[in-house]
Amino acid sequence: MHGRAQEPAAQNEELNEFLARQEEKTFLRFLTCGSVDDGKSTLIGRLLYDTKLILEDQLATLESDSRKYGTAGADIDFALLVDGLEAEREQGITIDVAYRFFATDSRKFIVADTPGHEQYTRNMATGASTADLAIVLVDARQGILTQTRRHTFIASLLGIRHVVLAVNKIDLVDFDQAVFDRLVEEYRSFAAEMNFATLTPIPMSAKLGDNVTMRSPKTVWHQGPTLLEYLEAVQVDDDLMAKPFRLPVQYVNRPNADFRGFCGTIASGAIAEGDEIVVARSGRRTKVKRIVTADGDLPRAEAGRAVTILLADEVDASRGDMLVAAAARPEVADQFAANIVWFDEHALVPGRSYLLRTETDQVPASITDIRHRVDVNSFAHEAARTLEINEVGLCHLSTQAPIVFDAYAENRATGAFVLVDRMTNRTVGTGTIEHALRRASNIHWQDLDIDRAARAAAKHQAPHVLWFTGLSGSGKSTIANLLEKKLHASGRHTYLLDGDNVRHGLNRDLGFTEADRVENIRRVSEVARLMTDAGLIVLVSFISPFRAERRMAREMMAESEFVEIFVDTPFEECARRDPKGLYAKALKGKIKNFTGVDSPYEEPENAEIHLHTTGRAPEELVEEIAAWLDGRSR
Amino acid sequence: MSLSHLDRLEAESIHIFREVAANFRKPVMLYSIGKDSSVLLHLALKAFYPAPPPFPFLHVDTTWKFREMTEFRDQMAAKLGLDLMVHINEEGVREGVGPFSHGSNVHTHVMKTAALRQALDRHGFDAAFGGARRDEEKSRAKERIFSFRNSSHGWDPKNQRPEMWKIFNTRIAQGESIRVFPLSNWTELDIWQYILREKIEIVPLYFAKRRPVVESDGMLIMRDDDRLVLEPGEVVQERLVRFRTLGCYPLTGAIESEADTLEAIVQEMLIARTSERQGRLIDRDEAGSMEKKKREGYF
Repeated sequence: MHGRAQEPAAQNEELNEFLARQEEKTFLRFLTCGSVDDGKSTLIGRLLYDTKLILEDQLATLESDSRKYGTAGADIDFALLVDGLEAEREQGITIDVAYRFFATDSRKFIVADTPGHEQYTRNMATGASTADLAIVLVDARQGILTQTRRHTFIASLLGIRHVVLAVNKIDLVDFDQAVFDRLVEEYRSFAAEMNFATLTPIPMSAKLGDNVTMRSPKTVWHQGPTLLEYLEAVQVDDDLMAKPFRLPVQYVNRPNADFRGFCGTIASGAIAEGDEIVVARSGRRTKVKRIVTADGDLPRAEAGRAVTILLADEVDASRGDMLVAAAARPEVADQFAANIVWFDEHALVPGRSYLLRTETDQVPASITDIRHRVDVNSFAHEAARTLEINEVGLCHLSTQAPIVFDAYAENRATGAFVLVDRMTNRTVGTGTIEHALRRASNIHWQDLDIDRAARAAAKHQAPHVLWFTGLSGSGKSTIANLLEKKLHASGRHTYLLDGDNVRHGLNRDLGFTEADRVENIRRVSEVARLMTDAGLIVLVSFISPFRAERRMAREMMAESEFVEIFVDTPFEECARRDPKGLYAKALKGKIKNFTGVDSPYEEPENAEIHLHTTGRAPEELVEEIAAWLDGRSR
Repeated sequence: MSLSHLDRLEAESIHIFREVAANFRKPVMLYSIGKDSSVLLHLALKAFYPAPPPFPFLHVDTTWKFREMTEFRDQMAAKLGLDLMVHINEEGVREGVGPFSHGSNVHTHVMKTAALRQALDRHGFDAAFGGARRDEEKSRAKERIFSFRNSSHGWDPKNQRPEMWKIFNTRIAQGESIRVFPLSNWTELDIWQYILREKIEIVPLYFAKRRPVVESDGMLIMRDDDRLVLEPGEVVQERLVRFRTLGCYPLTGAIESEADTLEAIVQEMLIARTSERQGRLIDRDEAGSMEKKKREGYF
């Protein structure tokens, strides 16, 4: 065959040695953050360049890109190595997080380069959630800015324990120690409250390379390490092995009747064949029969491994449940306190239903209370009724079913969640759990002997909620009133909840902001549910403009008990009728948050009954509903 | 004791596979026959062991793949009993679209991107696994592991969903889909080390051998069949070459190499000073070309 530089045997030996070294390398995930133009992307580019990880063709592209888009004059613009999106190169900013990989002789690194603009805070949080260390950059000339504080706060909230304060562009302040010391002192004064285990300040110039990988002769006053020395040496081990065993069940593998494997990634601790475990939700105890992998059964498996576990007994567990150490169990609760970072343009509104997702569970949830919002500049706690985009607050949450969790401070994998909008499916916020609310675990349902079926049977009827939605003046109340008369005449037990009437009593403390409208509907839905429990047919006549709340009401009721009736009268027609003179006032700006004028009405998409009212008498519309109800009961 | 680097990567990928199986109605794995696909397939088999992967496999055949790739594909499918579908854009074939007649841009768009969209739409797949890695290219470095696509398969890089911890938002509306990249955090070196460790079968084109190649536009293009069009002055000669990446043969450059074993390839990787996508003509067409293709639905 063809000649080779080395004999195969010698080559293999060298290779095996190399491979063994690779496997021994430790691993660190970190992120760069801080304000716009503090030089985050440039720093990463510099790290890659100085650790010789930029390949020849990438370097050629970089040189030509630097001429085309660069902001470093004739020099190489290292930021272009990481700003991979066209919009980023054109605008010279970072929009989304980029993940880059590099390695030195002792360690492998994944670095998340995150954007500095406030607008893209969600992308910074994305990078921070999986990082163990944060490099917070500060421009030596600019000093500490709001974004420096915000990112420091979010990093701390997301459980990062180690921070490097990179005082960048030190060359532009003549390598002045006084500037450095002043910035470090200012930073330390507010970071003291953040629970960081280490804080390491380093003066540097990412652009010129001072103290990045090589000690700078211009900062002899700096006694600490260079950035790379520090990154190679820092111990960040969050000792997952010392924590109790947790396996969130991700998937149940059932290839045949004899094999029922619970698949998931071990979040913390370790497990061995024969160990006693508990299914968190039911409290059922059993033992581990086998730990199955494609490479053969394991006698023992530790945190980080993706395994399939067979249990000794037939127990009920499915995705969202957790297999846990029998001796140290997590919380199982439906009410808890958590810090929430809000990502969406549309504010967080207490009472509104969101989907809460943990690593493997998903459940409808709402915020019952915003305890306080945190001012990211002063870190003061403020009262708040909503959380706007990029705001952070401590909230109380209530979930439709109990979830299994640990406090985030104890376990990052089992103490975190995201919130998803139920209409748009956008990830609108994220949370880290503080603690369960005691009232959840101590108030139990009282078992009653007479149940809803018994009450309904006594009335010879099937309870229903007939939910009328539509613009003000669309005819909801008129139709509901006529329908109730008709039902009553035929011997039905009914009750009509009218929007205006309820606001005189139960909901007299509520106004017309979005948050108040949501609470208004929540209360009325709870009342309607009690009434169906009592066996009644409930007619609800409410504008109820938001789909999310109508859906919340629907989900509170038993299957097929909720009938949504869309009273569809065009805006122009309602404004023309204007029975209460409200449109006239609203159109002149005298009423704020008026539905259809300066507050939206979201039309139902799947109403059971869609009433087109134009040109039709209320009696005719009532007949249409009655016919529909007759059809269903047959 | 904590996991080794490769063990950690393997566990992460398996987790991602299971997450898709648990959340989606109709997933599919894009099988492109290359080394990354081979690793992806190996991981899919591991994730659901002892059951087979609960989804089918799809190969989008541009009709210009290396012959050895097609042979390898059919062998693997038969050996593992895979539910493998092969999709060809028949419209493109009828119009005679190819890299020589239409240029690499049009060819890739019609035979690969549009073909992929056709196949995904036809079967109504709501999640598709791909073997892309973040270390391959700058716009890939920006992409989420679960990458949302609108109903016309477009990627909106400026508006990606936050992806926190291992909590993936898998929710989509009718017609929308998610591309899933279990190898996001692997590097090229990781891939080769893993192939070596797990003894994963790969297409023989990755190993050095004397092959008929022509030097064209600074790349070594192999004459895989008679359709290769030679420019004036270009001559086919036998050289000892191998491929670092595989695709359509007229668009895939070979490198001169003596590495004819996995060990030798890894050894060669250690001294590599050129990144693998350089071997692909399609990425060089214009600046930001990968991002542009991805926005149109390319993997």
